[in-house]
Amino acid sequence: MTLTDRQQLSYIASQAADARLNVELETEGMTLNIGPQHPATHGTLRIIARLDGEQVVWAEPVAGYMHRGYEKLTEVRTFPQVTSLVNRIDWLGSFANEVPFILAAEKLMEVEAPPRAQVIRTILFELSRIANVSLFLGDLGVQMGAITPVFLAFRDREYILNLIEGATGGRFHPNFDRIGGLKDDLPKGWIQETKGAVKKLEEFCDTIDDLLFGNEIFQSRMRGIGVIPADIAKDYGLSGANARASGIDWDLRRDQDLPLSYDLADWKVWTHPDGDSWARCWIRLQETRESCKIVGQLLDQIPAGPVMTKVPRIIKVPEGEAWVATENPLGEMGYYVVSKGDLGPFRVKIRSASFNNISIVPWALKGVYVPDIITILASLYFILGDIDR
Amino acid sequence: MLAQLAAEFPDWYPEWNIPYWLMSILRVVGGLVAVLLPAGGIVYIFLFKMMSFMQSRLGPMEAGPYGSMQLLAEVGKWMQKEDLAPDNADVRIYKMAPLIVLLSTFLLVVVVPFGPQAYFTNFETGIFYALAVASVSVLGILIAGWSSANKYSLLGGLRAGGQLIAYELPMVLATLGVVIQAGSMNLNRIIEVQNTGEIFGIGWIGNPFVITQFIGFLIFMIAVQAELTQSPFDMPIAESELVSGYMTEYSGFRFLIFFIAEFATAGVFGFIASVLFLGGWGVPFTWFGWEGISDVAWWMNFVGPLIMFTKMFALVGVIMWVRFSYPRFREDQLQTFAWKVLIPLALANTAATAILKVVF
Repeated sequence: MTLTDRQQLSYIASQAADARLNVELETEGMTLNIGPQHPATHGTLRIIARLDGEQVVWAEPVAGYMHRGYEKLTEVRTFPQVTSLVNRIDWLGSFANEVPFILAAEKLMEVEAPPRAQVIRTILFELSRIANVSLFLGDLGVQMGAITPVFLAFRDREYILNLIEGATGGRFHPNFDRIGGLKDDLPKGWIQETKGAVKKLEEFCDTIDDLLFGNEIFQSRMRGIGVIPADIAKDYGLSGANARASGIDWDLRRDQDLPLSYDLADWKVWTHPDGDSWARCWIRLQETRESCKIVGQLLDQIPAGPVMTKVPRIIKVPEGEAWVATENPLGEMGYYVVSKGDLGPFRVKIRSASFNNISIVPWALKGVYVPDIITILASLYFILGDIDR
Repeated sequence: MLAQLAAEFPDWYPEWNIPYWLMSILRVVGGLVAVLLPAGGIVYIFLFKMMSFMQSRLGPMEAGPYGSMQLLAEVGKWMQKEDLAPDNADVRIYKMAPLIVLLSTFLLVVVVPFGPQAYFTNFETGIFYALAVASVSVLGILIAGWSSANKYSLLGGLRAGGQLIAYELPMVLATLGVVIQAGSMNLNRIIEVQNTGEIFGIGWIGNPFVITQFIGFLIFMIAVQAELTQSPFDMPIAESELVSGYMTEYSGFRFLIFFIAEFATAGVFGFIASVLFLGGWGVPFTWFGWEGISDVAWWMNFVGPLIMFTKMFALVGVIMWVRFSYPRFREDQLQTFAWKVLIPLALANTAATAILKVVF
């Protein structure tokens, strides 16, 4: 079939008219590049968002701007040296990073820390959780323009950091956990001081509850925003408070049998049915209170005895594989350790919580407004060191 | 022409016989003081010190006693910085934008009376003029947002445009109640009415409109909070999502001008609010036996500014207090609040005032 010239011309003209109409009617989108240097990202996370007006059509996180190659580095370190590396994964709750690795190594060596070391380990674990999450609670306000809570958080977090420093010698990177126990016993008077600090932190939680969670604007910014249903949360591998906020009743502290002394304390795993930003923040607030409770109870139950079992001077871990995961401040953190019987591990796979938690960002950000990007990211709560290991 | 202006000019101070040139200098100095002194005071008292004490820290302590020279040090720092413009920016209007914003502040202060005779101009429709020139700053902000060639600036500028226009309406409507009650648009007349008036026969505090127009006062202060883009209405700046909104690309003294304009405008709106609702420069005239504004003693021209500054700092203190405690609204919530809550409330307030004015 051939078209006459006239037909062809009219066809072209109609196509051109259509094209013109389309150009006029379609609004042009805008690609907004949030990060890697941006005040709302805690570190160098980059988020590419395609916007229609202020609405997000498509968003994707780009990780890796701060990748430090820890998995590879562990292969050229001995087992005791690895703790100083993994310390720096989630830098706000450093001690919590050491514990699962040490537990995995202990599992391979078939040694167990003495009961006193286990209780102290648990106390320090929970203290680092408080140090981590209290900063989150303060930072939450900054994401929404309320600048005061973060200073309160820094003020009260100082008590915890001082305690961690007092017990371990390091404020941020304790490097205190050893295969078979702990480096040292607790210093004198530490228990009494911790009791005081835990009270201060409980007061801090009440302040934040009142100042931030009780604020109508905060509630209207958080409630019903960024809803993640339970099945979606499971599909994307969310863990920790993010999963519990979607109604998944799952906490490795309670559901797993590890040589940590959580069963000595009376505490509760909080869940929330809503799965929105509010639920995620609220769960973290309640968990901080629970952590204070756990620490307060365990302080009275520290048994006497050594803090270190007998382990050889030069640690050689027998051949084998072990997977240990714990409930870290950010979620499930696990180490898959493969040993060939050498001084150092043959391969370590680190499963860090934030890396999996931000995988839901493209799903959660679809269709939200630009201001909600910030609140959803804040409520998902990631630490960049935990994403880029 | 100069002779003509000079002849018109000092009609209210014939006995002082201030020559025109001296008067011009006095006015320029007075204008600068009325804009820069509130800005500096607000920044030091509230931004540096009050915020720090709220956040359990000390704030600047090094420059001058208790850090009081900190702002001068910062100005020195900003003045030294390079005057940068992005490659794709529309350079001419990019550089003009902060000046337009500051211009709006200077235009506003022109109409504010600081004493019975201590004013720059005494418009008959003063409040009308004030509300009109207050919206000039929107232009500057839109220009800044558009010409920066930055996506964050653009978003911030457009947000500011929407927000400032939305909150101008409740502000105008809240002012209407005052104008109806005072029966004049002249700011000095409004002050006179408040200081000579009485509420149900009780006249010893006059009749400050903050009592009779309390709803109007609240709406006005909320609208001022939004016009100044202070938290919880700081969507256009929104440092955690838009970096710094329309100011993102500005550095050096152009940023300084934006900064001064922000706090100077806070001061000027504090002045206007104190004129409209708190009796301005005046004390209740019955205290001194004055009948009207023409009886007021000459020394009120010097005491009046101090009273104004006190009231202004009290009002701005409340604005800043809210700013440091609240998180911010989302854009749509902010618009909903203006159009669905504030404007109907302001309209109802205006209608009620009009009816009561006829009744009493």
